[in-house]
Formats: sequence, structure tokens, C-alpha cells
Amino acid sequence: MLLSFENLSLTLRGRKILNQISGEFQPGRVTVILGANGAGKSSLLSCLSGLREPQSGSVKLNDRALLSLNGKERGRMIGLLPQRPDIHWNVDVKTIVGLGRLPHSGRWGMSAADHEAVARAMEATDCVDLAERKAMRLSGGEQGRVLLARVLAGEPQWLLADEPLASLDPAHQFDVLERLKSYAAAGNGVIVVLHDLTQAARFADDIMVMKDGAILAAGPRNEVMTAEIMAQAYGVEVQIGTSDTGEPLVVPVRRL
Amino acid sequence: MKGFRLNGLLVIALVVVMMLSLAAGNVWVSPTSWLGDDLSALIIMELRLPRTVLGAAIGAALGMAGATMQGYLRNPLADPGVFGVSASSALGAVTSLYFGFAVSAWLLPAFALAGAGIGMGLLALLAGRSGSLILFTLAGVILSSLAGSLTSLMISLAPTPFATTEIVTWLMGALTDRSWDDVQLAVPIIAVGMAFLFATGRSLDALTLGEDAARSMGVNVLRLQWFAVLGVGLTVGASVAAAGIIGFVGLIVPHLVRPFAGHRPSAVLLPSALAGALLVVGADSAVRILPSVSELRLGIAMSLLGAPFFMALLFKMHRELS
Repeated sequence: MLLSFENLSLTLRGRKILNQISGEFQPGRVTVILGANGAGKSSLLSCLSGLREPQSGSVKLNDRALLSLNGKERGRMIGLLPQRPDIHWNVDVKTIVGLGRLPHSGRWGMSAADHEAVARAMEATDCVDLAERKAMRLSGGEQGRVLLARVLAGEPQWLLADEPLASLDPAHQFDVLERLKSYAAAGNGVIVVLHDLTQAARFADDIMVMKDGAILAAGPRNEVMTAEIMAQAYGVEVQIGTSDTGEPLVVPVRRL
Repeated sequence: MKGFRLNGLLVIALVVVMMLSLAAGNVWVSPTSWLGDDLSALIIMELRLPRTVLGAAIGAALGMAGATMQGYLRNPLADPGVFGVSASSALGAVTSLYFGFAVSAWLLPAFALAGAGIGMGLLALLAGRSGSLILFTLAGVILSSLAGSLTSLMISLAPTPFATTEIVTWLMGALTDRSWDDVQLAVPIIAVGMAFLFATGRSLDALTLGEDAARSMGVNVLRLQWFAVLGVGLTVGASVAAAGIIGFVGLIVPHLVRPFAGHRPSAVLLPSALAGALLVVGADSAVRILPSVSELRLGIAMSLLGAPFFMALLFKMHRELS
């Protein structure tokens, strides 16, 4: 299923956040959205997930307009991992992950299929041992895994994550990115907003770079991750090399 | 099935306390003489039964409204008063007392319900269709303080000392001398309100993960907001109309329930209703039995019970945070 957007414009309080942008995402691949603060990344993500209605233009899933779907239908197809990790009540981990089934389950609680999906998601994120743990007893890394499990439990065809690496140490960053990557490898679309250029270069299949509400560049990683485009997007100089494992290695070296 | 067992136990406890409430009072009436046609049966059927039923309904309403508010605002210190419904409902009732309309049994509750309705209407105007939590809470706080000051104004301008006394006494909340008329008026409205509150359960669960996550899973936050307002408005409006302001029930009860029911907002709703009923019927029986010159007002008793509880709660939260 193809996720695309066409002529998207969004104005908030008189400020143009997104300016007539179009583009598309491929399933089975990880697309990383890059761009400086205020470039419009999170706004694009909230339009893609149906949380915001653009003033003009539309988001389409194959050929259906996203806003013509009702909330539950949309929730089954598009899963969102918001930027701020919120867990307001001290509930246990399996309850949190179970909430991810909300768009699927009927009025009277969870079905057997729901429980299986929750179990799979907890397996995939190594949360099985945490099942009975209370939310307030989770470390930052565990919380990240649990919230990822919550989205995976909904088994959306498209998974949108807004800076999922914030406040994670390098080992947990790898964990989260590997899991997103394998979710994409299973045929789903994964769109991630990242700030870390090094991680972006390592994990992205495709990269979309935004600047001032417009799309500066989009395409396969090697075509977009160039010193020139990064200089335009962030105003920093990057060095691009190859790591021992053969992955591209991108390091910002100074401000231009 | 933790929930079923907890609710079952609460139902049993509620039935027991309601029986005790029927038996206890100035004269002890043992269950053997409840059905009959002598004086003690009359006391049960016409005085104590309506009072007990009304107490249970109001307790359930306040408990569930409190649990909903805490879930909706994701704040353990929220209570049904936050929307300003109870204050505006009380203002309506005080208005009828001020003008001496309370001679007819139906006028005071009607005024109180009208007050609750106007309060909800103003809330809608102030907060609009934004669905914004902060705007909404602020609107409720403003409404609450406006209604409170207008109530004070009425007390200070009351035409006769008698009216002043009547208003002040009424505001303290009580179930004394309530009849089947009050039950007939309040219970259906409370039932409808509780249905609205019950319907918010799943959306409240989703809100645990924050508003964006909830919306991405298909929760309609605007619909949720109006279900919460209608539910709280109807339950609290009808409760105030029937018994005046009985504070703290909505605040305390969800906290009493959480250690047993867990913290998931939807799992707290029904036990809170049952525990609320239990608490109010129990407290109302206690004020009847307590040896005092005149009967202690239920509203005062609840506040006396509630304030220390509230402080203990704050201390506990303080310890957990530090």
C-alpha cells in the first residue's frame, strides 16, 4: 500500500508550516525524515497520521483520501509513536501494550486475536519479562521499548515515529532502529523523524529532507545523504565515509 | 477476573450497608418488622428507604463522575467540581431559596438542574469546539468561582435572616427527610448521566498514552469531551439538586478503589460508582446514629472525613515524587 501526499499546505496561527508539498513513501522500506528544527517534520507526520487537517492538499493511502476514513479504520492502517512518551497512570506493561489494539477490538474487550497480537509485539520488543511491571517502575529504555510494542500491537501497515531515539542511550537506539527496520522488512512502511545524522545514514533506505516547510530532497539514501544537501538543510559541514562494516558513516564536523 | 470479584464484593458490601442504613436511626427497626402496616414499617418505607436509595444513587453518581474526571484530566487530584457544574447547580438552588420559591417540592431541584444546564452551556461557550484540555479546565475553574461568588452574594443580600439560614443549611448538603419524590426526580437523570460516563471508558484508557496517541488510535477527543461534560453535568447536577453539595466523594473514592482495581481508567469507573454508594450510605447512616444534639449534616461529615484524606494523599504523592 502506497502512502502519498499531494500539494499539502498547512498554516498555523498565520505561519506557513507546510508549503504546497508533495511526495510518497514506499512500503517495505524505512524512510527517515530529516530537517532542522521548525522545518515542518512533525507537522508533516501529524498530517500523515490524520491528526491534523491540512488547509489544502490531501494525504492518500493507495487511492483513498486519509480523511475519508473513520478514526478506527485510520488507526488500524497508520500507527503513530508520538514524540513525547506519555504514560499517565501506573498501569502494567501488558495493559499499555494492549491499548495498541484499540482500533481493532470491539465494544466488549479484547479477542483471542488481540491477545496474540499483543504477545507478538511484546516478543518482538523483548518486553515479555516486563509484562507485569508497572509503568512507573520502567527505565527510560524500557519505556521506549514498551511504547514501541504498543504501536506494533496494532499491526499497522504504516508506522510513523517522531524522534523515537530521544533520551535513549546508543545501545537502546540500536535496539529501536533494528526493530523498526525488521518491521519494514516484513513489508510494512516505516517513516521516522530523526535528528541524528549518523543513525539516519546507517538505517534509512530512503531519506526525505525538509527545509522551511518544503521538501529539499527525497530519494534513496545514497543520493540524498550528500555533504551538499546536509549543508543546505542544516547549515553544517558533514564528513561522509564508510565504517568498518561497510555502512555509510556521516559525522557533522562544524557549523557553516 | 479481578474486576468481577471486586465488583461482586462491593455489591455485597453495599447491600449489607444499605440494610444497616434501613435498620439504624433514632429507633432501631429490625428487619423482621420491615414489612407490615405498623408504624415501624412506615418509617422504613416512607423515610429510610427513599433516603437510602437516594444516598446510594448520589454516591454512585459522585464516585463515577470523580473517576471520569480524574481519567479525563489525567490528574489524580481532579474532582467533579472542576467543571463548575456543582457550583452552578448550587447557585440555581440558592436562587430558588432566595426568592422563597422552595415552597413547592419540585422548584428547588428544577432550579438546581437549570443551574447545572446553564453552567454546561457557558462551559461550551467558553471552551468552544477546540477540545483543548487547558482551555476547558480554566473555563470550569472560572465558572466555578463565578457561581461561588454569586452564591455568596445571594447569601449576603438575602431578604430575611430566615432565608439566609435556609440557604446556608441547604448548601451543607444532607439526605435528611428526602422522599420518593426526590428519588423519582434524581435517579433517572443520574442513570442517564452514568451511561454517558460509562461510555467514556475506552477513550479514557487511550488517553493514558497522551492525546496524540489516543487520537491516532481513533479516539474522538471532542466527542469524549462532551460525553464527560454531559455525564458529569447530569450526575452532579441531579445529585446537588437532591442533596446539596456533598464534597470529596468524587475525589476520594477513585483513590480508595485504585489499589484493588488497578490504575486503568475504565477499570476504575464501575468500582468507583459502587464504592461511592457504599461511602455515602455508610456516612449517612453514621450521622444518623451519632449521638449529637441535632443531626450532623452529611456534607460537613464528608468534608471532615475528606480533608485529612486529601492531606494524606498529598503526603503520599510527595513521598513518591521525592
